[in-house]
Parts: sequence; C-alpha cells; structure tokens
Amino acid sequence: MDDLGAHIAQKSGATTGWSVRLGELMLDTTPDKLIALLTFLKNDPRCLFAQLVDVCGVDWPEREKRFDVVYNLLSLRNNQRVRVKVEIDEATPVPSAAAVYSSATWFEREAYDLYGVWFADHPDLRRILTDYGFEGHPLRKDFPLTGFVEMRWDDVQKRVIYEPVKLTQEFRRFDFLSPWEGGIERILPGDEKATETN
Amino acid sequence: MSDVEIKTLTMNFGPQHPAAHGVLRLVVEMDGEIVERCDPHIGLLHRGTEKLIEYKTYLQAVPYFDRLDYVSPMCQEHAFALAVEKLLGITAPERGQYIRVLFSEITRILNHLLNVTTFAMDTGALTPPLWGFEQRELLMEYYEGVSGSRMHANYFRPGGVHQDLPDGMLDSMEAWIKQFYPFLKDLEDLLNDNRIFRQRTVDIGVVSKKQALDWGFSGPMIRASGIPWDLRKSQPYDVYERMDFDIPVGKTGDCFARYLVRIEEMYQSVRIMEQCIKALRTVRGPVRIDDRKIAPPRRAEMKGSMEALIHHFKLYTEGYKVPAGETYTVVEAPKGEFGVYLVSDGTNKPYRCKIRAPGFPHLQALDMMTRGHQLADMSANIGSLDIVFGEIDR
Repeated sequence: MDDLGAHIAQKSGATTGWSVRLGELMLDTTPDKLIALLTFLKNDPRCLFAQLVDVCGVDWPEREKRFDVVYNLLSLRNNQRVRVKVEIDEATPVPSAAAVYSSATWFEREAYDLYGVWFADHPDLRRILTDYGFEGHPLRKDFPLTGFVEMRWDDVQKRVIYEPVKLTQEFRRFDFLSPWEGGIERILPGDEKATETN
Repeated sequence: MSDVEIKTLTMNFGPQHPAAHGVLRLVVEMDGEIVERCDPHIGLLHRGTEKLIEYKTYLQAVPYFDRLDYVSPMCQEHAFALAVEKLLGITAPERGQYIRVLFSEITRILNHLLNVTTFAMDTGALTPPLWGFEQRELLMEYYEGVSGSRMHANYFRPGGVHQDLPDGMLDSMEAWIKQFYPFLKDLEDLLNDNRIFRQRTVDIGVVSKKQALDWGFSGPMIRASGIPWDLRKSQPYDVYERMDFDIPVGKTGDCFARYLVRIEEMYQSVRIMEQCIKALRTVRGPVRIDDRKIAPPRRAEMKGSMEALIHHFKLYTEGYKVPAGETYTVVEAPKGEFGVYLVSDGTNKPYRCKIRAPGFPHLQALDMMTRGHQLADMSANIGSLDIVFGEIDR
C-alpha cells in the first residue's frame, strides 16, 4: 500500500500528501487538482479505481478551511480502496466529479445539502435530503440538533405551516466525558485561573 | 402533412404508491407511454440519523443502524461494530464472530425474501409475498430469541454480540433450514417460468458492466450485470473467509437476472448458516470481548462486585473513548456495499459518522435504467433495485 501511495504521488503529481493509517490509504489534494487526480486514479493501470463509492463532507469549524470533502474510491480489479480528501472553505467551489464518475452526482448534491459545500459545473445542484424550501445546512457543527423550525397542520389556513421551534424543555446535552482521565484537552469551569498569572 | 408538436406530459408518482416501496416521489416526463426522464425526489423519510449519532455515545449509536434499512437491520449494525472495533483496535471473540456471520446471513435471507416477493407483487403476483412473509416471521423469531425484538435488534455490539444464543436455537434453526429448501423451490416454481413475470422482467432495465461501475453499483445489482464482486469474498470480515459458498453472477443485467441472483444468494446464505451452526456446536467461549472498559459486565456479576457496578455505570453514562482516527469500513449488506465512514476525535462520541447506503446510488441510476421504457416497466425497475427508504434518506 505504501508503494501505491508513492506511485500515485509521483505519477499523478496532483497530491499534496499521502498517508496510510489503520491499513487505509489516504491522499490529500487541492480543489484545482482534484479532477486530474480522480481521472488519474480511474485510468492508471496500477490504480484502476473504477468506482466512486462515496462522497461526503466533514465539518471542522475551528479551521480556516472548515470543510473536508472526502471521496472514497474502490478498485475492483486490484481489490483496493483509497480515500481522497480536499479542504475547502464555505465560499470556494469544489469542481464536480460528476463528469468522471456518474455516481458523484447525488453524493455531491447531498454534501451540498447537508454542509453547503459548492460544487462547480455540477449538472443539477439541488437539495436532496432536506425538505422543499429548507434553509441552512443541517450537518454543520453550528446547526443545532433541534433545528430552527417545526411544522404543523394549521386547521384555519388548511395547510402545513412552519413555526420557530418551541421546546417545552430546553435541549439537554448530557456531557459525561470524564475530565480526569487525560487524553482530552478540556478546560473545566474554574481551571482557567490556574494558568492566569498570579 | 403538417408538423405536430408533441408535448411531454409531466406526471407525479408517489410519494404514497404501493409500487414505490416506501416514500418515493418521482417526477416523470412522459411521451405517451414512454418515460423520457424521471427525477426521484427523496428525503421524505429523512430523520437526521447522522446528526443524531454525533450527539450519542458509540453504544447509543447502534440502534440507529437498525432503523436505517429496516429489512436488514443486523448487517448494518455489523458495519458500525466493525468500524468501531477497527478504531479501538480490538476483535470480537471467535464465537461472537460466528454468531454475527450466522445472523448476517439470516438477515440476508430476510431481506431477499422481502425484496423478491414484493418485486413479484409489483409485477402482478400475489402468492409469493403471502408465502414469503410466513418464512420471514419464522426467521424473525430468531431475532426475537437473541435480542427480544423482531426487527430492531440492537444485538451486534462493538466487541461481539450482546448475548449468547438461547438453548435449543441451533436445533430449531436446523429444522427451519430443512423446510426452507422446499419452500425456495416452490417460490422458484411460482416465478421462474411464469409467463407474466418473465414478460415483465426479461430485458427490462438492462445495466451493462460499464454502467454498473460508473454508477457505483454493488451487491446483487453489480453481480447481475456480470461482475463477480462480493465483499464477503474479496475483503472478508469476521469468519467469512472460513465459509464455503459461491457467488452467483447474472449474465444479462436485466431485472430478471437480478431476481435470479437474489434467489441463488438465498441458497448460498443457507449454506453459510449450516456451516455456522456446525461450527457453533464446537466453538465455545465468550461472545463478546472480555474487556470491562468496552463491554459491560454480566448482570449476575454486578450483584456482588463493586468494580463491576462501577464499570457498568461508567459504560452506560460516559461510554468508552475511541482513539482519534478515521476509517471507512464496509460490509456486504443484502442490498450491496454498506459502508460507515467514522471519524473519531478521541472523545466518547463520534465526530462524524457518514453512512454509505447501497440503495442511494442504485436509486440514482433509476433515471438511466428507465429512460425509453414504458411506465409499467418503471415499477419493475424500482422493484428490482431493492430500495428501502430508511437507508436512502437516513
């Protein structure tokens, strides 16, 4: 797998880095080189990744380029998987892979719907999973789990209407994460005083 | 003769339609009886599973997987369990793996029975579903026997399965297998040479090898197009590499080939079940990992041991922390490649859990498969796709 990673990095010239973790090969690239890389992966005789299995977004709000767009590819010939990652911010579009792999069309619509990642030259970039007329991108980390609107049938207007969410009890997030077992950098209430100059 | 302009008719199909297999809305452009374009509108069953999982601990996320594709629950738990195990760096004990494979195959039969028989119903036959659902009930009793629930089992856990099989279940399964072979034969007799069924399915919705690859097909769909690809063989997980079974491959890539592949897969699943039952009679030992930081202690142990009580409390409140990392783990679910892309940030909750449902790319290809066919062929195509909206809409 290391050989394959080095081969792709060298021959395609379209990656910015690669790694093998947990026995899975991962490639990093930039949006402008993405299509070149996918085309290479599809056609190169040592790769032959004939199937695009999945495209999804991951949100890292604290990063400057907050989204990862992750492409999972599968080569049936070589029985090999690879994962391609692109970092992108909210405003910049990613070139659509729909011309290389037809299966990308809906997966990209889904990433657009749930994260608001833009795909340039996409044949049909509409929302796919959320409701007609939905606003916002629900899988972003800053979108609340309870959402913003709720729907009900209005007997007077004889139609379905949307209203702001009313919760009889505030949403409770149970945080049981144990603070004293290490491994996680967390500041407990009051702990910030320890680092203040005294 | 003057030119006549023919307008296409836009028709709405669903969201409530018996042939839609759930809540599928199709906007179909038709030229007479011929489908020019069909645009599936999905998401009517969207429940935000992926978002909800981000707010739950790893153990609490398992039941959501039952509710995705609700006709093959355990296979999806399997994918999630394997993904978490990979991140944790653990493997389930041997007996647990055999039980998981056994129940994965039961799940496959459950799924194929539902799909094949309702597919027959879409094309006009009522007897297959009436017969098939009886067998499904018998199989769901095994679900109930191990988990207490007919469908939403919540049985496969990261690190193994929740409990060992009850006494006598293996004998009962053997008896079931004996009567299932003649049943499958009867089912085939009903459909294989049935003139109406053949007229509705042969040469309908033909998918070539190239198209199957391009559109991301997997499972019976890709095998019916002539590509021998099965993750149980090519990327085996748990004890599948010890199992002896064949991969049926279709020749024509039409609806009938997909039906035949599913029927043959049921025979192969029964073969795997037989091997698992035989192995389970000799393989003893724990069914889940013996690590109190991951698997909870037994109830009896908790009555006397303070340590066990603490472990139980910690596991069901805080859960376990999973080392930071990411994995894309797949299983061969009855419908195709079911994948979980799991990103962990080192806490007790998944940072991102993308669910790759096999039905999603299959339904996407419906437009390609249906163009130029008649309206009635569309329902045959939908039936042969084996779609369930729980997993597509998530």
